[in-house]
Amino acid sequence: MEEKNEFVREVAEKKYQYGFTTDVQTEVIDKGLSEDVVRLISQKKGEPDWLLEFRLKAFRYWQTLEAPTWGHLKMPEIDYQDISYYANPTAGNSGNSGNSGEIDPELMKTFDKLGIPLEERLALSGTAVDAVMDSVSVKTTFREKLKEKGIIFCSISEAVKEHPELVREYLGSVVPYRDNFFAALNSAVFSDGSFVYIPKGVRCPMELSTYFRINARGTGQFERTLIVCDDDAYVSYLEGCTAPMRDENQLHAAIVEIVVKENAEVKYSTVQNWYPGDAEGKGGVLNLVTKRGHLRGRNSRLSWTQVETGSAITWKYPSCVLSGEGSQAEFYSVAVTNNYQQADTGTKMIHIGKNTKSTIISKGISAGKSQNAYRGLVKVAKTADNARNYSSCDSLLLGSKCGAHTFPYMDVHNNTAVVEHEATTSKISEDQLFYCNQRGINTEEAVSLIVNGYAKEVINKLPMEFAVEAQKLLGVSLEGSVG
Amino acid sequence: MAEDTRQYTDFYAQAGKLICERSCEVMNAPRAEALQTFSALGFPTKKVERYKYTDVAEDFAPNYGIALTPLEVKNLPYCHRISEAPVDITPYYNKLADRQDAVVALNTMLSVDALVIYVPRNTKVEHPIQISNVLNGEQDTMVNRRILIILEQCAEADIVITDKAVDQMHFLSNQVVEVFAGDGSHLNLYEVEETHLLCTRYSSVFVQQGRDSHVHHTSFTLFNGHTRNRMDICLKGEGSEVILNGCVIADKTQHVDNNTLIDHQVGSCQSSELYKYVLDDSSVGAFAGRILVREGAQKTISNETNANLCATSSARMYTQPMLEIYADDVKCSHGSTVGQMNDEALFYMRQRGIPEKEARLLLKSAFITEVIETIPFEALRDRLHYLVDKRLRGELSKCEGCKLCK
Amino acid sequence: MLQINNLHATINGKEILKGINLTVKDGEVHAIMGLNGAGKSTLSNVIVGHPAYEVTEGEIIFNGKDLLKMAPEERAHEGIFLSFQQPVEIPGVSMVNFMRAALNAKRQYKGEEPLSAGDFLKLMREKRKIVELDSRLTSRSVNEGFSGGEKKRNEIFQMAMLEPTFSILDETDSGLDVDALRIVAEGFNKLRTPQTSALVITHYQRLLDYLKPDIIHVLIGGMIVKTAGPELALEIENRGFDWIKEEVGL
Repeated sequence: MEEKNEFVREVAEKKYQYGFTTDVQTEVIDKGLSEDVVRLISQKKGEPDWLLEFRLKAFRYWQTLEAPTWGHLKMPEIDYQDISYYANPTAGNSGNSGNSGEIDPELMKTFDKLGIPLEERLALSGTAVDAVMDSVSVKTTFREKLKEKGIIFCSISEAVKEHPELVREYLGSVVPYRDNFFAALNSAVFSDGSFVYIPKGVRCPMELSTYFRINARGTGQFERTLIVCDDDAYVSYLEGCTAPMRDENQLHAAIVEIVVKENAEVKYSTVQNWYPGDAEGKGGVLNLVTKRGHLRGRNSRLSWTQVETGSAITWKYPSCVLSGEGSQAEFYSVAVTNNYQQADTGTKMIHIGKNTKSTIISKGISAGKSQNAYRGLVKVAKTADNARNYSSCDSLLLGSKCGAHTFPYMDVHNNTAVVEHEATTSKISEDQLFYCNQRGINTEEAVSLIVNGYAKEVINKLPMEFAVEAQKLLGVSLEGSVG
Repeated sequence: MAEDTRQYTDFYAQAGKLICERSCEVMNAPRAEALQTFSALGFPTKKVERYKYTDVAEDFAPNYGIALTPLEVKNLPYCHRISEAPVDITPYYNKLADRQDAVVALNTMLSVDALVIYVPRNTKVEHPIQISNVLNGEQDTMVNRRILIILEQCAEADIVITDKAVDQMHFLSNQVVEVFAGDGSHLNLYEVEETHLLCTRYSSVFVQQGRDSHVHHTSFTLFNGHTRNRMDICLKGEGSEVILNGCVIADKTQHVDNNTLIDHQVGSCQSSELYKYVLDDSSVGAFAGRILVREGAQKTISNETNANLCATSSARMYTQPMLEIYADDVKCSHGSTVGQMNDEALFYMRQRGIPEKEARLLLKSAFITEVIETIPFEALRDRLHYLVDKRLRGELSKCEGCKLCK
Repeated sequence: MLQINNLHATINGKEILKGINLTVKDGEVHAIMGLNGAGKSTLSNVIVGHPAYEVTEGEIIFNGKDLLKMAPEERAHEGIFLSFQQPVEIPGVSMVNFMRAALNAKRQYKGEEPLSAGDFLKLMREKRKIVELDSRLTSRSVNEGFSGGEKKRNEIFQMAMLEPTFSILDETDSGLDVDALRIVAEGFNKLRTPQTSALVITHYQRLLDYLKPDIIHVLIGGMIVKTAGPELALEIENRGFDWIKEEVGL
């Protein structure tokens, strides 16, 4: 036991690896939220009237709402007037989105340090990146190459200018601003994010990825991502997130909307490593995100894969609305919580079309004094003949002070449906640990091995490069949790 | 004050004095608090997590005559009217019930009598105790029923509670049962409901278990109108075990909502839960089962299963098995399924010449059998097999075999 | 007894049977041999009316009646029995209840009184001996926890109970050891009468050694390509199917 305690002390002192700040001249608007602020954001981004209208409608609706409290979470009070809703780190340069010209070398350095090279020649093989810091897209790589195939991959601000017809058609069509409190907030103040359009019949030749970074103090991040995958098209998309260590909570309320048409396929992977707060539970990102895909076309496919290791609070349910006949959706999730982190995450699978099929595999790992909940809804509408769902939700507990919870909801309104749910909760057995120890593997490594084995089913769904990253992340997040 | 609670508070304002006169001190003591809770909270809406699937206000909205008749307890061993109980009831009455639940508070407010089943230490009750609740009357009636079951250390008992309705009137029964299972005690408690479509049943059962105690509860909803059963089990002594089973057969517009909580407060306890539903026509079933393992409740073993068979496209099932775990050395699992009959089995039976209708019936009955087979008491098992079969054949239109119906 | 004319059948839109012609007379035992996927099990499933298969053309006449118009249970009442290749397990349904329901349904169809519980149990005991089926098994749920061999014996036991006039044995020999095969085959032979017929589907000669079929058919690609006497089975055992394919130009 002596040795274990030593290990605990040692790793507990390890720091969040991405917790540095970037010193760039950042334009930050005054804190507070009002119609004027919404207008100001819209004006700074040079938006057309219809978009300003959309924002204002959302803002007015948001004002009528109260923040939800139903999560299995202890939420700190959020003062929405104490947040700045727009921060532009490229302001020192051209004053506009970095895609228009030179990038501040400090920004380049930041993304390099995060392992996200913005020079195409240095890129990870086969990956195009949209890098977003605070409220602005810094750079999108490989745009030209993708353009040759008719693929649009740019920041949503640019898409509003260059492809207004597409943005107007799809924005808010999957997650309407009335969806929930945070969706309304995002719709009012969203800043940047990525836009992807894959035309009919095109298989996107590279992984598209967006890298989100919160840098400025006292700001929130409200990005908005919209992916439209037309008939017979395919895209694999990845998002990564980090933030500096700050002793205040930072709000991240994003929306991701995905439209999948006939025979199209979208794979969406997330490696979320926002700053989780320190070992005493101070600071950290509040990750309150609405993500939803609409499987509109026949035989369309969508899979969400998420590895959630960061954030002080993670509260999100990447969901699928299966309207298209024969459409198939998957949700694979690993959520790790340590210290005082809290997660209430899962998915919603709404079966509407005939012969639709969904699979949910969720692995929760709780350590320290953290709380980790899976919450999921499987709904089979009256119209969804022969719908099938299989859900499996396992929880692993490391330590006696943490919590692991499972709250599945199944609403079945069709007698030809088959819906199955299984869940187990357990800990790493002493036998497994001892077996590893006997073979000369120390406890720290053994836990990492066993946890990775436990999460393998999900990790394997990630694109190669990121799977390796995710594996490392699992080890790091759990350091200090054994004892 | 909410409109939907007014008829009850108005009634209490008028009849409160009469209720107190007919009742006894131990029951009268908590009435004022109950009235206050009930008035303040109002009926729980669907936003209240534990009442998500049942519209309580609607169930309590009709204008019922409220029964204020004391119990008749004749020559039933171990059973007493509360005023005649052989022990001081104060430490027990209204001590387990959830005082923040408006439906429970309403019962506390309006009950005039309570049945006390008291089994002294080391006593083994030889024959099962059967409590028959028969709803009868010439007008729509609400009944508030209160039962206290006290098993002292190492006492053992089998108790069967049956709900029947004789007259084709609207009945609303609101039952609160508090069970104290002392250290080393052994209780088998069965509830069988065979009422009719006009009956609404609210049942709230609260169980507290001592060290090494064993409670096995099985609930059968064979025929009903609207039913909402709440079961709260609190495992307070190490080594205790609880088995919570239930089966539901519903068709027409029947509604059955079972909501359970098993609270593992201490370690080394076991719990298991098995609920099965067969839903036909436009019936609605709901099951929500929460297993709570508190911090420090190590070596907990718990499993929960909810399996459901929907026979028509208009039947609806909501299922919500929940695990909430704050201790690491535990083995917990739950599973739930909604599905249909096995087509291959159906075809196999038809190939042997069994008509499709009969084959479906056999499969439904087989599905329920798993629950019945867990009952350790053969006479009841046989009786339930018989009742289930009759029920599935549509021959159980009124309560079976009770003297009043013959 | 059974006459199949130009039978075409599909499953999930895929045509498996492409024009089967087959006549089985009273008292005859026919064997159907062929490689996997030839359509042997499809043929047996179509005869008993499995809902997954669709008959797109042709007819099946059984004792003068149009079989295709009947529900599976009616076909059973008319005297058709299928010994399944993989008998399904039905948890919670006891063998006794199951058999009684089947037998009484047939008796009702024939206009007979249902059997009393006593007579029924007596009959069970009697018939069990035919395939040496352990009484332990008949007190369980249908096929639940039975070994492969026990399931096949249980099929023949049920055949004994229901006394069909036309039985189909669908690869009843698969998964049986030598002793179990002998018991099952001998059980079947005890049930044969000049009025009963059977269709035996198999890959191997060894079952046919016991059952002594009158006629052998070879089914390839959804059609019967060759029909001959018992000697054909031996020849297939020695030479396989390739020579037949060549002979018929496949």
